[in-house]
Amino acid sequence: MSQATLEIRRISGHAGSVPGAGLRREFEVCKLIDTTTCIGCKACEVACLEWNGLTFSETTFNNSYQTMPETQWNYWNLIKFNEHERDDGTLQLLMRKDQCMHCEEPGCLAACPADGAIVQYVNGIVDFQQDHCIGCGYCMTGCPFNIPKFSPTARKVFKCTLCVDRVTQGLEPACIKSCPTGCLHFGTKPEMKALAETRAAQLRQESGFAHAGVYDPAGIAGTHVIYVLHDATNPEAYGGLPNDPRIPWTVKLWKTPLKWIGNLAIVAGLVGVVGHYLRFGPKLPPEEEERP
Amino acid sequence: MSASAVLPDGRICRYSLRERVVHWIAGISYLYLLLTGLAFWSPWLFWLATLFGGGTVSRELHPWAGLVFVIAVGFMYGLWANQMHTTQTDREFWRALPHYVRNEDEEVPPADRFNGGQKVLFWGFFWCGIFLLLSGLILWFPPLIPWSLRYFRYAAVIIHPVAALLTIGLFIIHVYMGTALERGSCHSMVRGDVSAGWARKFHPAWYDRLMRAPH
Ligand code: HEM
Ligand code: SF4
Repeated sequence: MSQATLEIRRISGHAGSVPGAGLRREFEVCKLIDTTTCIGCKACEVACLEWNGLTFSETTFNNSYQTMPETQWNYWNLIKFNEHERDDGTLQLLMRKDQCMHCEEPGCLAACPADGAIVQYVNGIVDFQQDHCIGCGYCMTGCPFNIPKFSPTARKVFKCTLCVDRVTQGLEPACIKSCPTGCLHFGTKPEMKALAETRAAQLRQESGFAHAGVYDPAGIAGTHVIYVLHDATNPEAYGGLPNDPRIPWTVKLWKTPLKWIGNLAIVAGLVGVVGHYLRFGPKLPPEEEERP
Repeated sequence: MSASAVLPDGRICRYSLRERVVHWIAGISYLYLLLTGLAFWSPWLFWLATLFGGGTVSRELHPWAGLVFVIAVGFMYGLWANQMHTTQTDREFWRALPHYVRNEDEEVPPADRFNGGQKVLFWGFFWCGIFLLLSGLILWFPPLIPWSLRYFRYAAVIIHPVAALLTIGLFIIHVYMGTALERGSCHSMVRGDVSAGWARKFHPAWYDRLMRAPH
């Protein structure tokens, strides 16, 4: 356990009790994205490609600064640009870093049929294990954020890992490290939540954003990537951030009640035909004795 | 050997070679679809995928087998649909179902070539096949379905297993009746022929019609 290096047992040459001994870091990690200080420079996009060794993708131009319409199997971090017209007719350029939200209750994981293809760590990171993935795409149906993407060449699904390899070594994700304005933060969930609330309060009280708030949606029990928004009442304006994301109800119905009803019905059917044979036996044609 | 012909030895041809070939193409592809489908259906059955080359191979081949199955069902429609219309006898068959279940076949109204139960089996597989195909096509190509049309995916993940479960219910009864329960009917689907006694007992109206026809 590499996290064990973050806990102190003994230190040398120290008089008195050991400072920090027995203290354990809060386990649940969180990325905080302050959309109000993002300048849309896309340094995080590049850092993500670099660290994860992702291959080149064609960019597209749609009268906007946005690199491409949505994230791709080999493009996990995308700044969504939206020229939002406010009620008073003025324009506001909204920029939101889009990536996997690392839900506390991940829809991808609920939908996936393959043993061990998606894991959720105790620290909240949801990670795909492509060697177990069978490429069915169920995760794409379970995700409320349109994040898992299918690679036609690998025939498997990929998405942001929250740089699980870096975090395991005590480093912050690559995108955080690259951000020039400091709008990206990484730490424990309670720390990030507190920081986000402080910033939102500042925006409300000092900057005139009366509806500023924190996006940590409850429908999926919170996320391990949270946003500060100038207008938390209208997340859809930030490049389609869902207002109330939930695992689709058909996915829930399919994965729990239907599964049990179906399994019971199959077993009941098998028991039924065996019982019928034991009770009533075969229907024999008249000259069964001679030749069937 | 064409269907509904009396053979020189007095036995009767129930299924032509064409009917049998189509039936077994449908049957074998269905069995493959069932076993690989069940692997994705339940983690407790995921080992089934291992029997067919692993999860990735099963995921790749299941939709193709689905196309084979649906095409075979289409041929069945061409072969049998005109003999599958519900008749007054079929309605009486369902009223006499308790007798049929208790193997009191004398109490059941005389069936023609197909009885009421077989017709339900046929239409059940036909309609479920259509729903499995439509939902299966959506499940086959999730990356091609844009985010704005995701509701089709939400529907497909529920329609596909529900339709599959309905066919599984039909399939269990069908296989039980064709092998253990109704002796001689498995032979009829393998070699095509049944004895006159078999036809008289299980499909009396069909038998009478054959005997009356000039041949
Ligand atoms: C008609 C053409 C069909 C097509 C195109 C099709 C396609 C698919 C696809 C793409 C999937 C997703 C995983 C995979 O690829 O295996 C799937 C799952 C499945 N299929 Fe099919 N299929 C068809 C017919 C059938 C039939 C006849 C059955 C009958 C038992 C069946 C049973 C299942 C089951 C049980 C699942 C898993 C559902 C779940 O995970 O809950 N399919 N099918
Ligand atoms: S595509 Fe892979 S990760 Fe996604 S649900 Fe299917 S097996 Fe799981």
